[in-house]
Amino acid sequence: MSYELSHLRALEAEAVHVMREVAAEFERPVLLFSGGKDSAVLVRLAEKAFRPGRFPFPLMHVDTGHNFPEVIEYRDRLVERIGERLIVASVEESIRQGRVVEETGPRASRNRLQTVTLLDAIAEHRFDAAFGGARRDEERARAKERVLSFRNEAGQWDPKSQRPEPWALYNTRIRRGEHVRVFPLSNWTELDVWQYIAEEGIELPSIYFAHRRQVFRRDGMLYAVSPFVELMDGEEPFEASVRYRTVGDMTCTGGVESKAATLEEVVAEIAATRVTERGETRADDRVSEAAMEDRKRVGYF
Amino acid sequence: MDRSVEPEPGAGPGGHATAPTRASTLRIATAGSVDDGKSTLIGRLLLDSKQVFADQLRHVEEASRRRGDGYVDLALLTDGLRAEREQGITIDVAYRYFATPRRRFIVADTPGHARYTRNMVTGASTADVSLILLDARKGVVEQTKRHAFVSALVGVRHLVICVNKLDLVDWSERVFDEIVSDFGDFAAKLELGEVTFIPISALHGDNVVERSGNTPWYDGPPLLYHLEHLHVASDRNLVDCRFPVQWVIRPLDDEHSGYRGYAGQVASGVFRAGDEVVVLPSGERTRIAGIDGPEGELEEAFPPMSVALRLADDVDVSRGDVICRPDNRPTRARDIEAMVCWMSERPLRPGQRLHLKHTTRWTQVTVEDVRYRVDVETLHRDRGADRLELNDIGRVHLRTSSLLLVDDYRRNRQMGSFILVDEATNDTVAAGMISAIVTGDGAREAGRSPNVVWQPSAIERPERWRALGACGATVWLTGLPASGKSTIGAALERALVERGAHAYMLDGDNLRHGLNGNLGFSAEDRSENIRRTAEVARLFADAGSIAIVTLVSPYRSDRERARELHARDGLEFVEVHVDTPLEECERRDPKGLYARARRGELTGMTGVDDPYEPPEQPDLTIAGGEPGEAVARILEELERRGIVAP
Repeated sequence: MSYELSHLRALEAEAVHVMREVAAEFERPVLLFSGGKDSAVLVRLAEKAFRPGRFPFPLMHVDTGHNFPEVIEYRDRLVERIGERLIVASVEESIRQGRVVEETGPRASRNRLQTVTLLDAIAEHRFDAAFGGARRDEERARAKERVLSFRNEAGQWDPKSQRPEPWALYNTRIRRGEHVRVFPLSNWTELDVWQYIAEEGIELPSIYFAHRRQVFRRDGMLYAVSPFVELMDGEEPFEASVRYRTVGDMTCTGGVESKAATLEEVVAEIAATRVTERGETRADDRVSEAAMEDRKRVGYF
Repeated sequence: MDRSVEPEPGAGPGGHATAPTRASTLRIATAGSVDDGKSTLIGRLLLDSKQVFADQLRHVEEASRRRGDGYVDLALLTDGLRAEREQGITIDVAYRYFATPRRRFIVADTPGHARYTRNMVTGASTADVSLILLDARKGVVEQTKRHAFVSALVGVRHLVICVNKLDLVDWSERVFDEIVSDFGDFAAKLELGEVTFIPISALHGDNVVERSGNTPWYDGPPLLYHLEHLHVASDRNLVDCRFPVQWVIRPLDDEHSGYRGYAGQVASGVFRAGDEVVVLPSGERTRIAGIDGPEGELEEAFPPMSVALRLADDVDVSRGDVICRPDNRPTRARDIEAMVCWMSERPLRPGQRLHLKHTTRWTQVTVEDVRYRVDVETLHRDRGADRLELNDIGRVHLRTSSLLLVDDYRRNRQMGSFILVDEATNDTVAAGMISAIVTGDGAREAGRSPNVVWQPSAIERPERWRALGACGATVWLTGLPASGKSTIGAALERALVERGAHAYMLDGDNLRHGLNGNLGFSAEDRSENIRRTAEVARLFADAGSIAIVTLVSPYRSDRERARELHARDGLEFVEVHVDTPLEECERRDPKGLYARARRGELTGMTGVDDPYEPPEQPDLTIAGGEPGEAVARILEELERRGIVAP
């Protein structure tokens, strides 16, 4: 007996430890659930951490109203299966209440707006810890973020005054009104997530697998034709076989041309890819060199 | 050489070099000065192991071009924060990931400057191996020493020294050898495990992934090969079973109403279903009924698995408790000696109160004392230090407001580490490593305590004494040489044994034939002689014997320490002053010592040219008379204290 864990199981053990630690030391945690693959993994890890008991926190989805319908169906099916509580925080509602102003034009996106909805929901429910599926391999600013990432009363992240995080001793002390974002998947890579999904047989929204749909090409990416996006001059819809590497709004998430219809085929394609998932499929990260860092500072996921 | 950094078939053409899902993980901490090329090295490892994606590389190429660099600056791959890109430095711990077919790597990339020692400690705290870069032109510098010291302090067992920029010194073997030798001189003072030196050029890739043709004199492997093959599995503690309870799984639904799972991560040791265990601090004993792992029920659990233990009996267990084996327990401590790295701009001072988190338990601590501050470059211990400033490393004595269950850090990283948190700001202000535990009143003497953790016995003292029908204690006879201590001691020993008591005489002269054979008669050696004898007496007493110590023990402070040692342990200590006048002792002089001292053949003779400090409040004073009378009086005292039956 070598008493050595495989790297996936070591990552799993670390994530489960983080989740239990947060559940034990915070009063009102919440799991931010987007319907994407990373949050699907988070839910599976929560099952590992707390079953046969209930989750000691609800799930919360920040619904922009621009989601892929397949993702909403998946979300509701999953919540039904696990029997846990789901809170939906609506960007639509934030717009109606005048908390945020809808962008207009062909490049309009609610991506930026959801930060306000998220922070409002955290304040309203007095959540003091929010689990997210972010990984350090996604982006350079995230590479330096802590597993427990402190947010001040305005929900903001200050990358320069992060708490040191030696060993696995997480400092959970905060004041009222402050909260932490918790990233149990910090040390996972995109490929780890996919391999774990494959090993565990985790169900995902169908858009992660190749399917035929109406798309148009913009900035070298394939966007889904939807009521939420205005086409610009010269943009012609056409049908293609695509799959998505990330799940965001239909307005800012591009698909990749693919014939990979099964988990095994997707994993093989991911393993061979030459482009990061955010670089390939997320318009929101392409805006500037420090796009992610700027959004994180103001309270983005 | 068998090199295998190309992705295996199926891994795809130059995409993620995929580690098989069963591959193990190696955690690397890197450190280096700003210009040593550390970020470049990591960029090189990522690039050459095919971990850099096209869009990332494009990004870096564009940025390099914009800044007017004549080459692609691989450091840009890793310097993540805006301030770092602007200032061209690395200011925080950044984590990088790459994999080869053999292994998966997590790199904690930390800045090199002294200002960032705290980041270095953080990065090293979870590392299997430390990667230290130095510039071949500059050799071993202050920062190299700092990194090596931090690695040793934090208990990283493997060190790799990359001698970089060797291209700039014409690939000189002599330069490389000098650096190896310089480092060796410094490292000799540190507790380091395996140290490996590799000559590289991060910029050009020599000996990073591929063997370099420029270093024919170097017969070791390139860096990546070394990292892929480093054996680290045996670094973990699989001996001492420790399970800090994190969370109690207690389902409310009817189907699982009887279920109680004590969830946590195995800190050390191997737990098996059926094992007898004890829950601390309550001390309740039970068995492991079953172990629930992430993939179902398990036969055994080992670190770092996160599992839930089910126990056979309905015992009271909550978060913060530690489950371990009855015959191998952590130490219960309220006074802790620890090395800390101070991470706050407000200095650490004695008297300060802080929160402490250790395993799954929080408590408050008071800083009792700053023992010393370490000068990292010279390793000098500044005992005059009364505070620790930001990034200082030093030893402190802490007193906790509630009991902790701890192990020595060097034996057990999980059970020996803690963080300190500021009460006002909630900032994490220190990383601490427990180096000794002091119990009871002995806290003041902690500087004298050995750096090991007390290993509790499986048998408690009352149980032992009851079974043996014994009652241990120490009778300490002090007095001038030839005052009659040994004579009285021997008679007392006989009297006790004849009564059926366990008694054993520890004679000062006899011990100097063995245990204390390496000690002379300087004040220091005399103190050590007494310290050792007191420790042995305490063990005999604890084992149930009446230890009879006959030792000149001229200094009051040494005897006081012996008394405290026993008091701390709850053992009776009877100090008997054999107060025979000096003239009488000189007259007897059975070993001829006084005569020799008077003739000047012997120096440091107590009573002649070295002082005897008589006890101020001895339990008994024997001034003259027959040995039999002395024995009777001592027996009376022992009876009075209930040590021997009348």
